[in-house]
Amino acid sequence: MVEPINGENRHEVKVRVENLDFYYGPVQALFGITLDIPARQVTALIGPSGCGKSTFLRTLNRMNDIIAGARIEGKITIDGMDIYRDGSDVVSLRKMVGMVFQKSNPFPKSVFDNVAYGPRIHGIGDRARLEEIVERSLVRAGLWEEVRDRLDQSALALSGGQQQRLCIARALAVDPHILLMDEPASALDPRSTARIEDLIGELRREYTIVIVTHNMQQAARVSDYTGFFYEGRLVEFGPTQQIFTTPREKQTEDYITGRFG
Amino acid sequence: MKAGFSEHAIYWLMRAISYSIIGVIAYIVFDIVVNGLPAIRWSFLADFPRRSGAEGGIFPAIVGTLYLVIGAIIVALPLGMGSALYLTEYAQQGRFTRAVRLAIITLAGVPSVVYGLFGLGLFVIFFGFGASIIAGSLTLACMILPTIIVSSEEALRAVPQELREASLALGATRWQAIYTNVLPYAVPGMLTGSILGIGRAAGETAPILLTVAAFYLPNLPKSLFDQVMALPYHLYILATQHPEAEKVRSMQYGTALVLLVLVLGINLAAIMLRSRFRKKYRW
Repeated sequence: MVEPINGENRHEVKVRVENLDFYYGPVQALFGITLDIPARQVTALIGPSGCGKSTFLRTLNRMNDIIAGARIEGKITIDGMDIYRDGSDVVSLRKMVGMVFQKSNPFPKSVFDNVAYGPRIHGIGDRARLEEIVERSLVRAGLWEEVRDRLDQSALALSGGQQQRLCIARALAVDPHILLMDEPASALDPRSTARIEDLIGELRREYTIVIVTHNMQQAARVSDYTGFFYEGRLVEFGPTQQIFTTPREKQTEDYITGRFG
Repeated sequence: MKAGFSEHAIYWLMRAISYSIIGVIAYIVFDIVVNGLPAIRWSFLADFPRRSGAEGGIFPAIVGTLYLVIGAIIVALPLGMGSALYLTEYAQQGRFTRAVRLAIITLAGVPSVVYGLFGLGLFVIFFGFGASIIAGSLTLACMILPTIIVSSEEALRAVPQELREASLALGATRWQAIYTNVLPYAVPGMLTGSILGIGRAAGETAPILLTVAAFYLPNLPKSLFDQVMALPYHLYILATQHPEAEKVRSMQYGTALVLLVLVLGINLAAIMLRSRFRKKYRW
């Protein structure tokens, strides 16, 4: 169970991380991370550049697996299942844990084919069903009204903010439980950023969202829980309001008041 | 002032060097076209040679070269693209891949006559294919493999890593990610580099000299285990071994022109392919 926010009910744990160490070859990047990520809440990870927050995020869907020499110790369970156990299925893990990247990365295909990509590789070939999934995902990502008349146009013709929402729609199309977002708005203008933040607000009760951000106002605005990373360690984790008003650790306070980082 | 002068001098020196390179190529092409064009007649392209190549045409040599090139493509393209795929997409980058890459670069620098000797030893003698199309094609294939691998690797690496990550993050298997989001954008580049290598293979003499080529055959080949005539070898014999080498100059130039057009045609196809696909995919 995760500490309740202001007397709200306790939240069930979606992701449990225990004593996680992570290495890039000989270099250790994460040290003994232990935390519980609550279900259907927004958890923000903040901290200065290079503090390990993105690395940590990428351990949750095993995207670090593709990096040569990457090694992990400790345990991560999602719904009680150890995602690093021998013989665990990376494909179904990544189906369950969607990811949105810092740099929007739509495929150089049509809007439709972008969103339909996930369902297609998971074996859905029926056109009517794909159309339904594509529409539903684009509606959820708040992009449907803008692109409904140009589904067959190249996704690369969309604006930066639209591309990022398309990437969110693409991730939603495979019905994940968890959505990882790695600085999803850092390359966007303020208006597009606000739209992404609104979107996170709309998705928050349906998905477990973990968002990495270097923007503390953003963390304060969108998240229910916040974790502060520094030099590969999780310094403090708790309800966002508490982290921003009464942090327990001096380092956290220094960081959020802008004294370093 | 002085700095300005030397800057100027270096600029013109570099420029002169560049122009002289073009000059050399222009002269070679000009010489071959001027001397070869008179020999080009329908009968030259469509007939068998007569009187040891002093008269008649070079039809069997054209056919032979095409067979050899096609055979080399069939063998080398899948092998080369496959190794490039393995090296860039699957293999753990480390000591092993470094060793493989070093071997490939070394292989690219091995003189063609050494490939010929290798082909003679392995395919002609050890495998017992004899001097044959299959031995010649396999030898040429070995020779162009490094070019195909290196250019295919470059084309694969040019595909942004984000596309792979995006597919993998959606639960694609590695092969699904490669098949749907890497290969479509890399294949044109892979093909382009490969075709340039194939163009080189078409003009090689030494490897086929030792493994397949015959100077004169009365018939076109009937099986993979037959010898063939080939343009570079035909040219070599006409120019150096023919008893009347001086008198058959126009036949030599005609053969050289046909070979040149063939190789340039292959290269042109590569360039057109590349520019077509460049327009299609941008990111």
